[in-house]
Amino acid sequence: MRAAWKSPVLWVGLLFAFLLLDMRQLQPLFTAAFPGVRPEIFDRASFLELFWSHLALVAVASGAATVVGIALAVFVTRPAGSDFRTLVNVAATIGQTFPPAAVLALAVPALGFGPRPTMMALFLYGLLPIVENSIAGIEGVPAAVRDAASGMGLSRWQALRDVELPLAAPVILAGVRVSVTIGIGTATIGSAVGALTFGTPIFDGLAGNKLPYVIQGAMLVALFAILTDLMLARLARVLSPPG
Amino acid sequence: MIEPMIDIEHVSKAYDGRIVVDDLSLAVPQGAFCVLLGPSGCGKSTTLRMINRLVDFDSGAIRVGGEDVLLAPPEALRRRIGYVIQSSGLFPHWRIGDNIATVPRLLGWPREQIDARVGELLTLLRLDPAIYRGKFPHQLSGGEQQRVGVARALAADPDVLLMDEPFAAVDPITRDALQVEIARIHRETGKTIIFVTHDIEEALRVATVIAILDKGRLAQLGTPIDIVENPKSDFVRGFIGAQGIGLKLLSVRRVGERMRAGESADGKPISQHATLAEALGTMTEQRRDRLPVADGEGRVVGVITLADLVR
Repeated sequence: MRAAWKSPVLWVGLLFAFLLLDMRQLQPLFTAAFPGVRPEIFDRASFLELFWSHLALVAVASGAATVVGIALAVFVTRPAGSDFRTLVNVAATIGQTFPPAAVLALAVPALGFGPRPTMMALFLYGLLPIVENSIAGIEGVPAAVRDAASGMGLSRWQALRDVELPLAAPVILAGVRVSVTIGIGTATIGSAVGALTFGTPIFDGLAGNKLPYVIQGAMLVALFAILTDLMLARLARVLSPPG
Repeated sequence: MIEPMIDIEHVSKAYDGRIVVDDLSLAVPQGAFCVLLGPSGCGKSTTLRMINRLVDFDSGAIRVGGEDVLLAPPEALRRRIGYVIQSSGLFPHWRIGDNIATVPRLLGWPREQIDARVGELLTLLRLDPAIYRGKFPHQLSGGEQQRVGVARALAADPDVLLMDEPFAAVDPITRDALQVEIARIHRETGKTIIFVTHDIEEALRVATVIAILDKGRLAQLGTPIDIVENPKSDFVRGFIGAQGIGLKLLSVRRVGERMRAGESADGKPISQHATLAEALGTMTEQRRDRLPVADGEGRVVGVITLADLVR
């Protein structure tokens, strides 16, 4: 085990927390680099507020994508659902190829401005990696292990819960990791339709020609995505079966 | 007449119109070590898997311990039948102890009883519980994994053990050792064993009764000696191999059948359960024409000579 202080999670986490809570410390830097912009630090909302709102948006969308994605994968890998496999794959692929901005444009008339269309777009966009990895993970369970599980007298549900899902977990989690990381970055476009995210300073900065705001929002969203990715990678190592 | 432990009556099975098991009837008495032997595609594995309903049969009936297998839910049936497969099928994310405990846990045994049983089984399979109980399957050799597979199948003390080419994927030396072990476990536990293989030598070594299958039908049923001495058809004769019948006979007869009781000789004793082929090998190796014979406990009970082998 590495010493804790060498862990990138710690350093990225500290940097993220510092910028989140006390961006003000960088004010002289921004004053020097962009003399014309006042105020130097984005102040329409606190960065902490943006963080909670951004986090909630991604958590709800990715949480739903994870539950639905795994459920779909389980369904199409059962004998009864195998006919739907291609359909589910195509549907998930369409969700991914459809640009989130287009989903937003279509969802706003139905769901109104704010976080709801953003959640919708993130959910659809995040579904594919989870569905695909979950199917691959479940199908990757060796045939001999499945045969043994049913031959020992495990019921289908017991075989799924105790054997298939635990063995598929690392591959499923890799899909969740990709999905969540992409989701954190993509959520910023929600600010175009009024959701509060780290995209808010970016859009404000672009609209008002205030480059420091763009930099502040971009730094925070990048660190947020990297930190989450590192933490999920660590979780995957803990959950991996031995060998 | 005593009810057979496994009774297969006029069972047929077809996949997409291709018949794999064709009106097969086979009664296996309690305590038998029955080997289903045949070339690939003869229906032996399918027959085995129909007994615990991993494969559904189209017609006929199968009874285990007098009870129709279709009456109970398949999970309940499988929990009272041991099952061993070729590539062990151990659950890679569970420790050896938990793997062996699979069926007892499904049956809801109390924790202490399960722990005691796991220790007992590891010892039976000659794996030290203190070392092996906490290991993961990938830390074991192929032969050790296969032993654990057998222990797992025996865990809930089933009357019947189904083994589907259990030793086909291990190296020849390990396979020999495992064959000796399974024959010993059969003698010690008195389980009824159905064992699928395509390897005639393996069948002759372990079986008390051999069922040779050809295209889903029973080609011949008999003891190993019957099969080698009186093959009923060209198929059986071809399958057991026309070459080396004499050597095959040596490998199906046991030292105990030919020894002279009460006499004794010098040298390292050979077990009375060893085959005549093994006795011949030992004599050649030690350059002796007389060997002392020991019983299961290692006591010298007689002598076997070179002349006794060809008598």
